[in-house]
Amino acid sequence: MSKLSFFLGCIAPNRYPGIEASTKKVMEKLGVELEDLKGASCCPAPGVFKSFDRTTWLSMASRNITLSEEMGDDILTICNGCFGSLVDANLMLKEDAALKEEVNKMLSEIGHEFRGTQDVRHIIEYLFQEVGVEKIKQAVTYPLELKVAVHYGCHLVKPTKERQLGSAENPTFFDKLVEATGAKSVDYEDKMACCGAGGGARTAVLDTTLKMVSNKLEHVIAADADCIIDACPFCHLQLDVGQTEIKKKIDKEYGMPVLHYSQLLGLAMGFTPEELGIDMNFVDNRKFIERIGGVRNE
Amino acid sequence: MSDTIKTSNLSPEFREEIFEQPGTEKITLCFNCTGCSSGCPMAEQEPEFNIRKFLRMANLGMKNELLNSPYLWYCTTCYKCQERCPQGVPNVDALLKIRTIAVHNGIMLPAHKKVGQMVINSGHAVPINDDTKEKRKKLGLDEVPPTVHRFPDALNEVKKLLHIAGFDIIIAKKEEKK
Repeated sequence: MSKLSFFLGCIAPNRYPGIEASTKKVMEKLGVELEDLKGASCCPAPGVFKSFDRTTWLSMASRNITLSEEMGDDILTICNGCFGSLVDANLMLKEDAALKEEVNKMLSEIGHEFRGTQDVRHIIEYLFQEVGVEKIKQAVTYPLELKVAVHYGCHLVKPTKERQLGSAENPTFFDKLVEATGAKSVDYEDKMACCGAGGGARTAVLDTTLKMVSNKLEHVIAADADCIIDACPFCHLQLDVGQTEIKKKIDKEYGMPVLHYSQLLGLAMGFTPEELGIDMNFVDNRKFIERIGGVRNE
Repeated sequence: MSDTIKTSNLSPEFREEIFEQPGTEKITLCFNCTGCSSGCPMAEQEPEFNIRKFLRMANLGMKNELLNSPYLWYCTTCYKCQERCPQGVPNVDALLKIRTIAVHNGIMLPAHKKVGQMVINSGHAVPINDDTKEKRKKLGLDEVPPTVHRFPDALNEVKKLLHIAGFDIIIAKKEEKK
């Protein structure tokens, strides 16, 4: 299997490094070689940057892509926002020669050139399409007896025209990956609902977006799920830090563990919760970790 | 009762400004079916955020009302409306273009401006902090990630690029009061 350049983004390395560590561990076990994309920046955050100025958004995204081109590898992202920004920029520049020329004029001043030789991948679709559910099942040594609520997040699957990953109303590929770990993906009301973080909304109107978090948590709890599994550090932050913000505001405590898929898969491969940073959420995950310990010793 | 729309307050050029973003001319195809706004997860929480109404206002050239609406900044860009539109209107792309016109007129939220400034200074929208450095060490990762945070030359490239793109000037813009 070919090598991938590992694009970290902002929130994983700078707030939830457990997601970064888990990705490295599980990809190594699966035989996928990752090399750090050295010197990469913010993707940049599509919500704020596409709102502010598309030229700025495109130039910064294209610089990140050129770093990967220079290594001759496709990019692996672990965040829906980074994926959205980089896929969109890559497609636009590959398809629009005039735009590419305009961007390359800017990039030439810092010694880079966009050539359009590489693809941008997201860990979830890469695992599903390139590694495959069967191979993941074979790598599982501690099947997890958990009921989990899968949260796809918006920009993994939408806009569907650019993503090419099938239905955005009722996708199944992420659930299949989750069930490869032995866990059961439970259905819950409004499963595809947005976490509220994107588009600069969390920054602009936190309180309103927290109502979206509350809705999701209520639905996840009603489905009797043990945890939420996401594909994006920004959704992860909104759903995890969001719970501490809700507690401060209305003194309601959900105590819902939120894990990135790389962390769930890591558990199923026999890594400890501590090695995967599951104890590093802002919500206290101790009860969940004790439970996992029980599951793994069975 | 709704307020009367006075044609003297409309800006006929506004639509053309939006249409600079390819595809957004499709907002003229909207026949007000409300499929977009009725499924909107933000409208469920804040009914004043109405994507259908906003794009109708854009079609009419209600520039001032739109650019100064606080609700312009509520969209999470979940793309649900764009996916569901029977007319293929790129609702989100159009809304983002309207935001861009606002920003280029100096209208932006201080909190967003701060994020922009953060990227100019550090190359990250969410930069590293001491708490995360500790967590990284515990996980056996390098204390500072191998991004622009670790490579000053790479950060200088980003700063230069943002300057070439004019982002520093955009961020520094102040609204011109008429």
